[in-house]
Amino acid sequence: MRNIFVNKITDAVASLARETNYYLGEDVCKRISQCREAEDWPPAKDILAKIEENIKTAGEDGIPLCQDSGLACVFLEIGQDVHLIGGSIEDAVNEGVRKGYAEGYLRNSVVSDPLRRSNTNDNTPAAITYDIVPGERVKVIFAPKGFGAENMSRIAMLAPFEGEQGVKDFVATTVFEAGGNPCPPVVVGVGIGGTFDKVTLLAKKALLQPLDLPNMDPYYAEMEEELLKRINGAGTGPQGFGGKTTALAVKILTAPTHIAGLPVAVNLNCHVARHGEIVL
Amino acid sequence: MTVKITGPFTKEKLAFLRTGDDVLLSGEIYTARDAAHKRMTEMLKRGEALPFDIKNAIIYYVGPTPAKPGRPMGSAGPTTSYRMDPYAPMLMEEGQTGMIGKGPRSEEVIEAIKKNKAVYFAAIGGAGALMSKKIIRSETVAFDDLGTEALRRLTVRDMPVKVAVDSFGNDIYKTGRKKYLEEQK
Ligand code: SF4
Repeated sequence: MRNIFVNKITDAVASLARETNYYLGEDVCKRISQCREAEDWPPAKDILAKIEENIKTAGEDGIPLCQDSGLACVFLEIGQDVHLIGGSIEDAVNEGVRKGYAEGYLRNSVVSDPLRRSNTNDNTPAAITYDIVPGERVKVIFAPKGFGAENMSRIAMLAPFEGEQGVKDFVATTVFEAGGNPCPPVVVGVGIGGTFDKVTLLAKKALLQPLDLPNMDPYYAEMEEELLKRINGAGTGPQGFGGKTTALAVKILTAPTHIAGLPVAVNLNCHVARHGEIVL
Repeated sequence: MTVKITGPFTKEKLAFLRTGDDVLLSGEIYTARDAAHKRMTEMLKRGEALPFDIKNAIIYYVGPTPAKPGRPMGSAGPTTSYRMDPYAPMLMEEGQTGMIGKGPRSEEVIEAIKKNKAVYFAAIGGAGALMSKKIIRSETVAFDDLGTEALRRLTVRDMPVKVAVDSFGNDIYKTGRKKYLEEQK
């Protein structure tokens, strides 16, 4: 049994909130620049170059990458041999969000009630997902989520007979119909299987996967490739102005499901595909 | 083609712009998003005057991050425009000539653009740091209580935008993809 003070989690969340909103992962930067090189439609190439300039400006001048510094999605992988002490874990995470967003000059984008809509003025609460895993460590993953892309996400409860084709059509159509709204080029997170609630979480977790590693399962690796080709062949392009760079990557996560069902969810992320992690 | 335009943004100045043109805007523009739009249209419905002169005004749909000390502005990229669609036609009727946002507009908005000879510009969604550097001054004009959603007057220099819908109603979100795909054949 290992004791971990929850204020360590507060610190981790605060520092990740600041960091992820100013610096993108190397895998995302590399992918954007590869796409810019491969793009042969001049207006599209120009937009990708400006997106790269934005990444550079954010880092060098200390300006957040995007004004929508997101709703704080926090994923905690807690080792089962850990004892969290010193207060409530949920409060600790929210304190980290409060601190990180204030210190990082980030935008408060959360309303306390979905219909009565008054701003909480400190970007809390976070959307927290807890997973209990073997071991005695705690992994804190932080992914600020912009709602331009979140709003274009979808779920479908397909019937098993719709199969692979049904899933592929749903994913491609979702991205196509989103058009310029989710700030393409996007990262497409796909969840397949599980239940109504689980499949959306799979889609969100798919967005945390590194862009330069293909799926471990060759069957789904091939599907990711095929979907990426199909999405980029539709011509939406960066910002929806035309071009072949509509998506940077398609990432699939799956789970066992019921004999009568085939849930599929698509969670879109914009090119400001922010996430980071700290292991305690 | 890249065109430089300096305010005031009269219909005459914007009339020669065509969908797809790259534009560098300089001068004074205003910021407003969901909540400020709701308030402005409610004021108009009550017969009240708006807190700024909307004639020849460009409204930028943006909710910036807080400015760091010594800086005029934080990160300031465009927000998705369709959420302003229910309000935009009424404001164009009052003399607004331009909008800056991202993503497609409704048919009603495009009709209002044609009727009022306005222009819808798109800025690059997600390029908030880049846009921030083009803003040299910012002051709150009204709705201070809305925080990031307050109505602001910005002074901008060479702010890069693209004509998404010109005053004839040509829509890049319909033509851009088509043009690209035709070129590929
Ligand atoms: S979708 Fe992403 S890039 Fe676009 S405004 Fe939102 S956070 Fe920024």
